[in-house]
Amino acid sequence: MNGVPLSWYLILSAILFALGAAGFMIRKNMITVFMCIELMLNAVNLSFVAFSRHFKTIDGQIFTFFVMVVAAAEAAVGLAIILTVFRNRSTLQVDDIDSLRL
Amino acid sequence: MDPILFFIFAAVAVICAISLIVQKHPIKSALSLIGVMGSLAILYLLLGAEFIAAAQLIVYAGAIMVLFVFVIMLLNAGEEKSPARPSWFAKLLGIPLMIALLGILSYVIQRAAPEGSLAFGEYTGGAREVGRALFTTYLLPFEITSVLILIAILGAVVLAKKEL
Amino acid sequence: MHHLWLIPALPLAGFLVNGLFGRRLPKAIINAVAVGSVLLSFLWVLQVLNGLMPLETLYVERYATWIASGSLDIPYELAIDRLSAVMLLVVTGVGLLIHIYATGYMSHEDGYYRFFAYLNLFMFFMLTLVLANNYLLLFVGWEGVGLCSYLLIGFYYLKNSATTAGNKAFIVNRIGDFGFALAIFLIFIQFGTLDFPAVFSAAQPLPAESTAGILTAICLLLMVGAAGKSAQVPLYVWLPDAMEGPTPVSALIHAATMVTAGVYMVARSSALYLKAPLAMDVVALIGLLTAVLAATIGMTQFDIKKVFAYSTVSQLGYMFLALGVGAFSAGIFHVVTHAFFKALLFLGAGSVIHALEGEQDLRHMGGLRKKIPITFLTLACAWVAIAGVPPFSGFHSKDEILLAAHHHAPWMYWIGVVTAGITAFYVSRAMFLCFFGKYRGHHHPHESPVSMWGPLAVLALLSLGGGYTHIPQFLAPVFPLAEGAHDFTLVAISVAAGLTGIGLAWFLYIAKPGLADSIASNLGGLYKLVYNKYFVDELYFATIINPAIAGSRTVLWKFLDAGLIDGTVNGAGHMAQWVGAKCRRLQSGNIRTYATWVVLGAVLLIFTIGGVR
Repeated sequence: MNGVPLSWYLILSAILFALGAAGFMIRKNMITVFMCIELMLNAVNLSFVAFSRHFKTIDGQIFTFFVMVVAAAEAAVGLAIILTVFRNRSTLQVDDIDSLRL
Repeated sequence: MDPILFFIFAAVAVICAISLIVQKHPIKSALSLIGVMGSLAILYLLLGAEFIAAAQLIVYAGAIMVLFVFVIMLLNAGEEKSPARPSWFAKLLGIPLMIALLGILSYVIQRAAPEGSLAFGEYTGGAREVGRALFTTYLLPFEITSVLILIAILGAVVLAKKEL
Repeated sequence: MHHLWLIPALPLAGFLVNGLFGRRLPKAIINAVAVGSVLLSFLWVLQVLNGLMPLETLYVERYATWIASGSLDIPYELAIDRLSAVMLLVVTGVGLLIHIYATGYMSHEDGYYRFFAYLNLFMFFMLTLVLANNYLLLFVGWEGVGLCSYLLIGFYYLKNSATTAGNKAFIVNRIGDFGFALAIFLIFIQFGTLDFPAVFSAAQPLPAESTAGILTAICLLLMVGAAGKSAQVPLYVWLPDAMEGPTPVSALIHAATMVTAGVYMVARSSALYLKAPLAMDVVALIGLLTAVLAATIGMTQFDIKKVFAYSTVSQLGYMFLALGVGAFSAGIFHVVTHAFFKALLFLGAGSVIHALEGEQDLRHMGGLRKKIPITFLTLACAWVAIAGVPPFSGFHSKDEILLAAHHHAPWMYWIGVVTAGITAFYVSRAMFLCFFGKYRGHHHPHESPVSMWGPLAVLALLSLGGGYTHIPQFLAPVFPLAEGAHDFTLVAISVAAGLTGIGLAWFLYIAKPGLADSIASNLGGLYKLVYNKYFVDELYFATIINPAIAGSRTVLWKFLDAGLIDGTVNGAGHMAQWVGAKCRRLQSGNIRTYATWVVLGAVLLIFTIGGVR
């Protein structure tokens, strides 16, 4: 057996995604929650690349590329928001930030 | 050879991911995330996606994670404290939902995933192929992405200004 | 084409101009528009009649289709025959005189333009009513004049009694209109059409119903409508209260024209009534009862307008008596003469009230003969006319009716004669109390302007000479002339009754003043009964109105409206509030809670989709 079945990659992707989702739910630090989002994005990227390999087309990799770009933009804006929130409320607790107004 | 490499780095990725969500200190979580990304880069290589593997290391593990670590340092974020009004709903359902999600996804993948194994070296998606696709078929999304990034930069600058 | 539509359209134009722009127009222009439109309408009637004479048959003009639905086909169709010609002349002629009079009478009132706009609108609807060639268009005019009557009774809308009287008139008329509408439905079911010529020619070959049948039902329901509009027992109660309106309104609408619409309608439907002798008898009985009842009440009233109002009710009773005994042309004849002398009585009363600055109580009048001579002279003409003194107009028409009644049933004649005596008595009483004896008020009477006594003079001439218009002969193509020669004895008896009434009044109020009061106090209970109008209003309140109000309060309001409808609406509101309060908990603002919901949803979604495969 000289290869890895596609479903193994997909299950690894599912495991990482589920861990990311669980982290989002159980962690209370805003930055950690943000990192869990990145973890979920990575899990999806793995699926894209695996499918790209399976179907022997480049499209999945292009999607991964775009996801990375969007993730970079998102990280920039998201971290800026976290900075602002912290400056205004002096807390990083997700649960304490439960209203849109200050 | 392939399954062995896959299992090694899949195990590293999963362990790092678990570490990410159980570590109390954000900086430890960030380092765990870098571990996940690194092992994912290896797996990308294993799948023949050379360009993506490189970008994964440079953009994700490099640039984005540096940004995270930088913010953590800047805010001097310490260990988590328990909030005033914790979400009992999320606490109660977090782990069970993760297991349920995992179970249902695995079940669906087992039932519906296409057959066939992926061996190293059969197919490569190098910089040439990715570049050709990006600048022909995906030219318009690519250009729009540049606008997106520009706007993101502007947004970050505006948000991070002192007097918001 | 003779452009019949112009006749109602001209007053409508006047209404639009005055109603829309009257607030900003000077009085002279309002006068010109209001009076001018009616004058033009009157002249156009003359022009049309001139072109159509001798008008032996019905002349119809069709303009457009109004309602076409299945077998129902109702056109905009105006028609004119000799009957409507008479009514047109009365409505426009008397209407014109009263418009002129009103320019003087209303000159100091607020809402001057509003008054004339309503008056013109009334003319439009009344002329539509008269010219209509089917029951539905007639009904439009019928309702329209009812609306104008309501508006004008409540003209002094700041006075509570005026608005109440307006409501009373409107509501009582609804009862009558209900019957009329049912009659129209029945006519359509029976004949499949509402056009007068078609209905009447279809009714022609039918046999007269000896027992109650569909035609009797139709005629009785039509009579319900006529009783409402023309103030017959038991629906007459609104007319005396309608005197709350300005006096020209009382004269035009509540004496001369609108209240005779019922008479006109029944006369128009004569082809149906002739096939339903039972209904004819009911009409005659109602007319007779109304005539007696109202005349006796009229004897005891002290408000000069109330006296004339009950007189109107009584005279309308006469007209229905005439219709009921089959003397349709005599009934219409009395409509015409009554329009002359009753309009004159009301306008004269208005002149007296105007002279006394609003005083209406006969007990505070007296001796005005010298102070307002023109008013007195013209009113005296109406007096002799209504009292039935030969050879003036009331004598002729009343005579026709009484002769026809005698031909039908002699006892009706005798009751009619007694009523004629009572009529002469109460009018004479009002005249003596008003114009003879000593002045008992404390105003300074002054004669009215020429715009007021001018119409009075014209109406006085008509009242005196109106009996020679030969209306029954003129109407011969529409209604066959009643057979039976003039019986001199019967005529003499009725004239004697009238003269006795006048003499008795003279005796009681001039020769032996004070005797009347002692008689009244001697009669005690009976006098009180009549003075309080037989307590009919109180009876209606006790038997119909109060139970209706109580029922509305308890069943309709408390139970249906407050309980059921409000309960449902409020219940729905409370339910929404309750659900909202529960769902609000979901919007905690906690992002992790939201995320958990999202994941839960995702699990369920995948489960569903994956499970289906």
